[in-house]
Amino acid sequence: MATRGFIGRKRSGDPRLPPGQYDAGDDWPVLTAEVTPNLRPEQWSMSVDGLVETPTTWSWEEAHALPQSEFHGDIHCVTTWSKLGVTFGGVSVDELLTVAGPRPGATHVLATSTTGYTTNLPLADVTGGKAWVVWTFGGQPLSSGHGGPVRLLVPHLYFWKSAKWVTRLTLLDHDQRGFWEVNGYHDRGDPWLEQRYTGD
Amino acid sequence: MSELLRSTTDAPTGGWRTATVRKVARRTERTVVVRLDIADRVPHMPGQHYVVRLTADDGYTASRSYSVASSPSDPLVELCVERLEDGEVSSYLADVVEVGDELEVRGPIGGWFAWDGVAPTLAIGGGTGVVPLISMLRHARELEHPDLVCLVAAARTAADLPYSDEAMGDCNLVALSREDTPSRPAGRLTSADLAPHVAGRELFFVCGSALFAEAVSRLLVELGVTTTAIRVERFGPTS
Repeated sequence: MATRGFIGRKRSGDPRLPPGQYDAGDDWPVLTAEVTPNLRPEQWSMSVDGLVETPTTWSWEEAHALPQSEFHGDIHCVTTWSKLGVTFGGVSVDELLTVAGPRPGATHVLATSTTGYTTNLPLADVTGGKAWVVWTFGGQPLSSGHGGPVRLLVPHLYFWKSAKWVTRLTLLDHDQRGFWEVNGYHDRGDPWLEQRYTGD
Repeated sequence: MSELLRSTTDAPTGGWRTATVRKVARRTERTVVVRLDIADRVPHMPGQHYVVRLTADDGYTASRSYSVASSPSDPLVELCVERLEDGEVSSYLADVVEVGDELEVRGPIGGWFAWDGVAPTLAIGGGTGVVPLISMLRHARELEHPDLVCLVAAARTAADLPYSDEAMGDCNLVALSREDTPSRPAGRLTSADLAPHVAGRELFFVCGSALFAEAVSRLLVELGVTTTAIRVERFGPTS
């Protein structure tokens, strides 16, 4: 249905922009639904538990001792802004899972933040070099408003999946909806398929 | 580790609908009220929002989320939209849309920033951040329990505050940073403004720019409010 009199912005034609998204440029909106925690790195830890052989918790220093890696690419928020050509640094979720060892039957992950925020992901979306636990943005420490000291990064899905202040990944044999997913947002959230809301 | 964030679990979610514009009116210099008739809509809870999706002739779409200002009993859905520089949806709604136009909308959405009509609530909004809180206030007044929602509305001047007329009265406070009011000298919202309103409140809704939301939620934490009782809705650019 065309909207009478709507022309819209000049089409960027940038092939990196999924449908319905716009380039936020240098802007990086903060849309968190809870109070920003004032979390010092030494207070933070990362746990992988649930359906794993070896439930494991890493301190800030232990996480930094794992092989580091970077992501260079684009991120897409369900509220329709995208940020193109960004760099995050941290550790691949693959490294954490190599230590913890997923058990047969593990199909999904529930990510939990220090604030109590949660989000669900298929295990296949956080393995094979597709997801990170990150503590730098553009080479600088990640600010608290953007999830610092540490957030999850799953850049091929809408950005609410990249839980700020992530502290735990729980492997499950079923899909368990998280914070936004129980509130009408899509279980997977692929921006190229515009999976914004339940049923998309 | 704190407890998990619990949303208002019975909050309804609606699908795509066609809305017919019934009224367009300026609220302040930068805001416009659009009242929509949405056939077969799912009734909303105060605090919830709608997505408005505009489609150009070539199939290009732009969608943005807007909070509902109307109470659940209002036969129309009222949105109040701030016209942003370079805002392709807000400028369309402010400058182009006319009574009788049809818009594609989806909603209501959101079970976190939603008031159940029961919990004693302190609602703090900055500028157009008062919009979802006005829905809460209107609902509380219709329930004949205006005391259930205490509204603190902050803006630079009264002219910058949509619904400033409704925000007065009961236990509410209008805090203007650039203008004196009968109850308060000009100045930013402070801990002293909020302190008298915290006791006995179970839920705390904070809505505004990222900077406003950050500042106010910190004030609440300093006043001893549990973080999981604070529900925040941020909007707008980085700064």
